[in-house]
Amino acid sequence: MTSILSIARLELLIARRNLWVATAVLLMAMFNVVLTFAGDAPTGALGASPLTIALTSITTLSVYLVPLIALLLSFDAIVGERERGTLTLGLSYPLSRAEILIGKFLAHMVVLAIAFAIGLGLTLAILVMRHGVSVIEWGPLLRLYFTSLALGATFLGLGYMISGLVNQTGAASGVAIALWLIAVVLYDLGLLGILVADSGSAFIQTIFPYALVANPADAFRLLNTPDQTVNLLASGLGAAGSVSGLAGQLTSLLAWPLLALFLAFIAFRKVEP
Amino acid sequence: MPALKIDHIVKRHGTLETLSDVSLSVEAGERVALLGHNGAGKTTLIKIVLGLMPKTAGEIEVLGHPAGSAAARKITGYLPESVAFHGALTGREQLHHFARLKSTPTKIADDLLERVGLAHAADRKIRTYSKGMRQRIGLAQVVLGQPKLAILDEPTSGLDPVSRHEFYDIVEELADQGAAVLLSSHALTELELRTDRIAILSKGQLVANDSLQQLRAKASLPIKIKISAARDDIDGMKEKLGGQRVNGQSLELVCAPDKKMRLLSTITGLGPAVKDVDVTPASLEELYRYFSTAKESAK
Repeated sequence: MTSILSIARLELLIARRNLWVATAVLLMAMFNVVLTFAGDAPTGALGASPLTIALTSITTLSVYLVPLIALLLSFDAIVGERERGTLTLGLSYPLSRAEILIGKFLAHMVVLAIAFAIGLGLTLAILVMRHGVSVIEWGPLLRLYFTSLALGATFLGLGYMISGLVNQTGAASGVAIALWLIAVVLYDLGLLGILVADSGSAFIQTIFPYALVANPADAFRLLNTPDQTVNLLASGLGAAGSVSGLAGQLTSLLAWPLLALFLAFIAFRKVEP
Repeated sequence: MPALKIDHIVKRHGTLETLSDVSLSVEAGERVALLGHNGAGKTTLIKIVLGLMPKTAGEIEVLGHPAGSAAARKITGYLPESVAFHGALTGREQLHHFARLKSTPTKIADDLLERVGLAHAADRKIRTYSKGMRQRIGLAQVVLGQPKLAILDEPTSGLDPVSRHEFYDIVEELADQGAAVLLSSHALTELELRTDRIAILSKGQLVANDSLQQLRAKASLPIKIKISAARDDIDGMKEKLGGQRVNGQSLELVCAPDKKMRLLSTITGLGPAVKDVDVTPASLEELYRYFSTAKESAK
């Protein structure tokens, strides 16, 4: 346990001095502020509360930004150490690879938790300033926060997995970007394509809802936009969400981090420094 | 029980055999130098000893614990070839981390920073360090936690002569405290004085494993004797002793080790005409060349 915490502590020091991380956190905060202000203007027209509108906008953005930040934090976790030559020494110490991985994961989760807290904190502060404390609804707020963390954890794990599989940092960043593009853009486009080409068949009734929530980014989006009217505005795929239901979405978001970390461990175990 | 026992280790990559049947042991308090060309298998052997690379056959034990086990790693200190650290950390942060991993108080890490001459730079980022300074951090982390086995891979490359000297002082201290030290190096002259035993790897095989004196006896390489004398006496001496005249004032002789004493007494018999005599036994470099090529010519 001491070893895990020591690794986490060291990784936090490194992350704090990493310009990429600082940029990502700043970007997240800025987008949240801009979206909160922008979403606050047409209140009433949709009949939704100011917080719901802000959170919906932020959810749509987070689907793209959270995986990106998580991959940015994790893609060189293993291959970077291999390239620098720090991995050989690290692995000669009396701690297991699982402990190293968990230590890094803890540190990166702390970074994400702080980044998301800053972003949502700013949103909340702006709304309270404009509409008073009555605007606060803890349920949706905490739901967005914790599901963001689950989504982040998933892509941290996938980032470590990539980092353990490739031989160069450059390759790791390339694969990470490709994975990001597939998970948050192409996957939905593909499903949409099938939907358009093949409307009304058995596929749409049975497989489609599960295929949708199988993607953690989509599960995250559906969980945080339960209001179908808003959801339809945000994503054309929203309607299918209700079929698989809350249970399916939650299962997806909880199972993915575990699966991703497991895959990362399998990849890391095979690495020869 | 030896601190490190390498028993018939074989490592194959497909059909390529990088280590064939290597056996070597290092006792507590003993310093053994591992020599070999690039690609002779030194780093492979070291990585197998640390459990960082799987072996094809054979056994390795560190004080009775299988290589790579948590118990073995706990009592092993390792300095990799051209050691690297994350540049964003300070020397102190990095060493404190290693201390925590080895369950050692961080106070000891601070003392060690002073011991290796890094107290003034301890709170600077490692990115600003010179290669020698990084190497000192590397050595400090080996000493942390008082290892029973220290493995040093090319530890003095990039160090200036003074730092090398200090480095070997620390290695000697480690050995005095009962650690077995296995170190590989290319700087042969310093190993001559600072190690107890020499092991030579050539193309994956252990071709020599003995003390310097024993290796010299085995190789029985010729000894060089250089006599200085007045210009007028040199020619007379050359007639009596043979050898080669160098720059008018000295004579160089080459003789087999067992003939050395007889030749020396002949020389002293020449009386005051001999101003000085230098006796140079085969250097480690010559021994190294002898042993690492003997195997090839035997084939």
